[in-house]
Amino acid sequence: MYRNILEYLEQTVRRVPDKAAYADERTSITFREVYDQSRAIGTYLYKQGIYKQPVVVFMKRQPKTIAAFFGVVYGGSFYVPIDEEMPHFRVELIFNNLDPRAVICDQDSLDSLAQYGYRGIVYLYDDIIKTEADDALLSDIRDRAIDTDPVYIVYTSGSTGIPKGIVGSHRAVIDYIESLSEVLEFSEDTIFGSQSPLYFDACLREIFGTAKFGAQTYLIPRSLFMFPLKLVEFLNEYKINTICWVVPALTMISSFKVLDKVVPQYLHTIAFVSEVFPIKQFNIWRKALPNARFVNLYGPTEATGICCYYKVDRDFAENEVLPIGRPLRNTEIILLDENNRIPPRGELGEICIRGTCLTHGYYNDMERTREVFVQNPLNDKYPELIYRTGDLGRINERGELIFVSRKDFQIKHMGHRIELGEIEANVNLIEGVHSACCVYDRESAMIALYYVGELSPGDVAAILKQKLPRYMMPNIIEALDRMPLTTNGKIDRAYLKEYTENKRKRR
Amino acid sequence: MDTLLRMLKGLHPDVDFETCETLIDDKILDSFDIITLVADINSEFDVTIPAEEIIPENFNSARALYALIERLSNED
Repeated sequence: MYRNILEYLEQTVRRVPDKAAYADERTSITFREVYDQSRAIGTYLYKQGIYKQPVVVFMKRQPKTIAAFFGVVYGGSFYVPIDEEMPHFRVELIFNNLDPRAVICDQDSLDSLAQYGYRGIVYLYDDIIKTEADDALLSDIRDRAIDTDPVYIVYTSGSTGIPKGIVGSHRAVIDYIESLSEVLEFSEDTIFGSQSPLYFDACLREIFGTAKFGAQTYLIPRSLFMFPLKLVEFLNEYKINTICWVVPALTMISSFKVLDKVVPQYLHTIAFVSEVFPIKQFNIWRKALPNARFVNLYGPTEATGICCYYKVDRDFAENEVLPIGRPLRNTEIILLDENNRIPPRGELGEICIRGTCLTHGYYNDMERTREVFVQNPLNDKYPELIYRTGDLGRINERGELIFVSRKDFQIKHMGHRIELGEIEANVNLIEGVHSACCVYDRESAMIALYYVGELSPGDVAAILKQKLPRYMMPNIIEALDRMPLTTNGKIDRAYLKEYTENKRKRR
Repeated sequence: MDTLLRMLKGLHPDVDFETCETLIDDKILDSFDIITLVADINSEFDVTIPAEEIIPENFNSARALYALIERLSNED
């Protein structure tokens, strides 16, 4: 029975101290180094009076950044990953929400930190790892730790334009890693190829899965996801056998027919998340790797990461969809209709999650937390929270859960979760823009932005790039003379959606 | 070349594609753009870009990309 994620690392460092735990093309860090450096960081932070609070880790995506995460946790605090790839404006919003007292930087990020108006303390990674670890102090910190204490905060898109910081606890992460590793059969032989940035929850399974099993994680350079042939060559070069990627990263490889030329020969476990895998592309993968294990994963950041899985066990025709299957062990999925009742089998309901996997909600935002982390409406006898995902699902005739759609304007685009409202809120902030509306054309996977204002689309794009992460940038930006309105005077989204579809068909 | 420039401009109205030589190096194009471009080039120019040509050097500038399209259409 684990109570603290550091126990994973401590158990593994005794067994395989000199094995490389985390690596990229240039550098790697062994379990011993992770252990030593993170204990040094923990000792240092605590002695500086940093305890039980968010510590920003503002470093590039590299192996030692992960050691910094562990270090923050050793000090009894929780880490908040930030990256230079995140746009300036967004980092400012995060700093506002977080009001951190301490930031850990590397030499490269130190200079850019100055731009964000942050005035707290800055620690340089390479300096603080020289601290001598204080065994008595670290064990005292551990004695006072509770498994509901936070491990991390990761930020996700918020419809009001302000990102939401999701607080994950030891207990939730342990529950997640224990049950996911059963499904995907992680072991000491697992070599992960990690696709996600370190500032998303998606990397938790690789970071803590590696720590638990003494496995290995390669951080794959982001740029390779544009060049599919090189990407597969990378997988082969580093003998990567397990991937948990967003669907577009996989379809990029199959749609360019890369698998005809080179096959990722070591891959035996292919898990995919974030959106529906088009069956045509999926079947190309399955044909290329007939002996591999394919697993569809589903889950919101609010429930730590993944809460449902489906191990592909039959053939699918192009008009079928892959189920999201069944919940991980120790998690329950409840479908609820508009009246908060369980719909008849086969009918639509909102996917709601019950279990230890629930995070604590949104940092410094009780109000938005209470909107979605709510009392289980099926239980009026004692307090019990469920998380309302806003996703609609149904149970198929085999008893498997199927994802159907969203209730609101949240979309999945290139594997990222995006609130169209956040894009609109940012466009509406631009001087010279009078109104704006974003729609998503699922068929072409394009975000279209329509606005009324004096600025050219080029100007709007240039301003938005300062504010939004790259993946949230609209793919179509068009100025309109006047915004189409419904009879109620609201922006006519349905019309704009149809307009976008027609535009696509004309191309 | 004009068709290609129009295509690129559609993806990033704020970028000067006639002069920019670092579309990949400076992370101006992302994987979504590459997918869109390869599909659009296929329909507009009737040229299929094979996987081995989807490499940084061919996408770093409009000029390089156009040279690739010309080379591939001559091979057909």
